[in-house]
Amino acid sequence: MTDTATPVVRASGLTKTYGSFTAIDGIDLSFEENRIYGLLGRNGAGKTTIMQLLTGQIFPDGGRLEVFGREPAEHVDVLSRICFIAESQKYPDSFKPKHVLESAPLFFPHWSQGLADELIDEFRLPLNRPIKKLSRGQLSAVGVIVGLASRAPLTFFDEPYLGLDAVARTTFYDRLLTDYAEHPRTIVLSTHLIDEVSNLLEHIVLVDQGRILIDRDADEVRGSATTVAGTRDAVESFVAGREVIGRDGIGGLASVTFMGALDALQRREAHELGLELAPVSLQQLIVHLTGADLSAEKEVVS
Amino acid sequence: MDESRPIFIQIAEQVENDIIEGRLPEESQIPSTNEFAAFHRINPATAGKGVNRLVEDGVIYKKRGIGMFVTTGARDMLVERRRTRFADEFVRPLLTEAAKLGISATQLSDMIRTEGTSP
Repeated sequence: MTDTATPVVRASGLTKTYGSFTAIDGIDLSFEENRIYGLLGRNGAGKTTIMQLLTGQIFPDGGRLEVFGREPAEHVDVLSRICFIAESQKYPDSFKPKHVLESAPLFFPHWSQGLADELIDEFRLPLNRPIKKLSRGQLSAVGVIVGLASRAPLTFFDEPYLGLDAVARTTFYDRLLTDYAEHPRTIVLSTHLIDEVSNLLEHIVLVDQGRILIDRDADEVRGSATTVAGTRDAVESFVAGREVIGRDGIGGLASVTFMGALDALQRREAHELGLELAPVSLQQLIVHLTGADLSAEKEVVS
Repeated sequence: MDESRPIFIQIAEQVENDIIEGRLPEESQIPSTNEFAAFHRINPATAGKGVNRLVEDGVIYKKRGIGMFVTTGARDMLVERRRTRFADEFVRPLLTEAAKLGISATQLSDMIRTEGTSP
């Protein structure tokens, strides 16, 4: 894409280490204005560390980082444009939801009280109950309400829906989409629950072990892998020379997933060989790319 | 939504189906990009790509400030295009499956005739 706009986030060689552990290993990253990003990966992949770096909560050990054109840490003009909804946000012991929602507008210049009020209603959030006594879902609702009503130009949601029931999650997705359509901004959704959110995302960044495995538009990722199943010999000859990312088998039957889509001619060829072709969902693709099955197989081979 | 294919293509195909089946008559207004996004719970940019594809194909056209409308002649064009793809997408898989099950061409045409006349 030939976009001349300055990216909201630009990182190169970004590194974060904790002692001998490299949490973020020299990543390059660019977030453009007014898009919804999915920051995906397994637990411990480095998603939260990346967001803490981008929001100036921790300092990088190497590389360059610009958010709205500047280093994020300690720059008020940058931080006032960022909202970070952490997975397990801590609040003062005596706090009630109303205290959170009364203080939030002080931090976010674009705060919409109207939207906050509607969301409080839809999530049925008890404003006067001590936060300590809220259910996990109600606690998540507090974060979701602040994150959406902040209308911050760069909003991060880190696993925002823990404990939210199906109705509340749907409310979150619907409100996110409609408010984003009316008030475009850059939104980063971090999650390991991929199936539910995959359709909301315009661009996907897949992180594994502190590195970026995929950084592409969601529509390019979807359909970028294919699973072919049939007799072992036929399958193996069909996938020869392809980038195999997953293998399953039982007896003389095999099922192999590889990167790349097939054109009509190749599909016909597969059918004529008696092979079955199956779609690979985004979630399945990510399981294959970040799962243990391949590395285990490599160890067997070597 | 089918997980294996780009969503914008699926959005475009759904609108095409609505036009072919008469649910969206020629010169009628189609929903806005944001309405598609909200209804299907998809990213508005993705919905926009689907709509743009239809505009490029001449299936719909934009009236500035008003919305998007089905082009006159769009239905005939879409039907014609789907017909040329029919052999590849439907007839050939049918023949492959029939061959696998040992159904002869005569038996197959008998089956099509029977199915075609049953209510």
